[in-house]
Amino acid sequence: MTIAEWLAAAKADAEKRGLPELIPMLEGLAQATERLRAADWNDNPDKDTPRDHDQ
Amino acid sequence: MITISDVTARLARGEVTSQKLTEQCLAKIQDLNPKLNAFITVTGDEALAQARQADKEIADGRRIGPLHGIPISLKDLIDQKGIATTAASLVRKDHMATDDAVVTQRLREAGAVFVGKTNLHEFAFGTTSEDSGFGPVRNPHDPSRSPGGSSGGSAAAIASGMSLGSVGTDTGGSIRIPAAACGIVGLKPEWGHISASGVVPLSRQLDHVGPLAASVADAWLLYNAMQPNSEQIGDALDAMPLKGMRLGKLSGYFFDRLDADVERSVLETIERLQKRGAKVVDVSVPHAGDMAAIYLHLVFGDAAEYHGRTLVTRPQDYTPPVRLRLEMAGYVLAEDYIRALRGKDLIAREVDRALDGVDALVLPALAIPAPPFGAVTMPVKGGPDAVRTLMLRCSQPFNLSGHPAISLPCGRSRDGLPIGLQLVGHKGRTPALVQAALAVEAVLAS
Repeated sequence: MTIAEWLAAAKADAEKRGLPELIPMLEGLAQATERLRAADWNDNPDKDTPRDHDQ
Repeated sequence: MITISDVTARLARGEVTSQKLTEQCLAKIQDLNPKLNAFITVTGDEALAQARQADKEIADGRRIGPLHGIPISLKDLIDQKGIATTAASLVRKDHMATDDAVVTQRLREAGAVFVGKTNLHEFAFGTTSEDSGFGPVRNPHDPSRSPGGSSGGSAAAIASGMSLGSVGTDTGGSIRIPAAACGIVGLKPEWGHISASGVVPLSRQLDHVGPLAASVADAWLLYNAMQPNSEQIGDALDAMPLKGMRLGKLSGYFFDRLDADVERSVLETIERLQKRGAKVVDVSVPHAGDMAAIYLHLVFGDAAEYHGRTLVTRPQDYTPPVRLRLEMAGYVLAEDYIRALRGKDLIAREVDRALDGVDALVLPALAIPAPPFGAVTMPVKGGPDAVRTLMLRCSQPFNLSGHPAISLPCGRSRDGLPIGLQLVGHKGRTPALVQAALAVEAVLAS
């Protein structure tokens, strides 16, 4: 799930549950998630094979 | 502030009694708690009974332990048998602890007298102690300001003489932040060194139990007594010699977004340490900028798990701001939680590397002085930033990494508000960290 898809679903859910105050907070969480997913420690199948840092 | 170290010697010499000390603390609570709201429960009768028993034992020449007859408090998310553990939430208003937490039991065995349970940010899920089901805690230095949090009641109690020591918890800075904001000492031990059994969790992988105290020596005394008997070292440590002490000044992220007075006080302190013989080198944590995102996903994931059922069955019993944060926590995806777990491991390795070749890392404990209640942002170098982000900025890295860290007072802002310096030590070497802090404290007192 992309962050945009996740955020749209989360906002719709918050509205449905009667919690519109959550929407700006979810937008902040989405920014933090973007940063996390962009971090250089993440492994991907089309990159190098993961290695143990202790060895 | 009265220190435990001083009082212990006076108790042994018969110059003061535990009953007198306990009565003094209870009188301060009666006088100041209506204004500061530092305590949720006061256990006056039980405390006085404990104190009289301690006085009898001392008179008979029996010393139970290093805290014999010393009045202390417990953050109200730590179980004390027969007393409610509310976690500052109406969700737990009917709770009654059936047993002591491990840490309470150890302090009881060390002879401590328990005067009450201190107020906190509800479920420790905040840094200001203003969102509590029992009303906000106020800063003794300026009641219009936060005492920091989440262990705000513990810090306010010590700073105002309502107890001589306290036990808090620290998931992102909740011992060190209020210690800095109230001008006292707070020690976050290495992760896992003090049992969290019988303590209401926020995030089990980031929660640390530790002492808040009036001095570094007192923090050590409490910490040592909280450990299993087999791991206790001694009631007192010698200061590390300043000449030859090697300190790593954390550069970049850790000094980028500071209040001007905090930056000045911390840099002046480092300069004083250098003049007294400490060697200071610049070190870095390369992924420091990612720490807030890592922390957020871990704490949210863990809090969502613990609070999942009660958020559905009794949402009205949470304070609205804490309820909203917990509701948001439920949206964290498993894949992002896993990414954060991997980031946490990386941060721990990077902090280890920063410590390579130095005795301790040095940085601010809190980027800003105590904020006014209701403040959403505070001015810092580079422009205003969110209060919560600023308050966690310098402390949360060491919850992720698990390294021991201590906050101690290092001056005042132009408004007279306390400022905290933080030292971070090697894993497995908490005594050496405390010895370094003793040396720094002595320089600051000179």
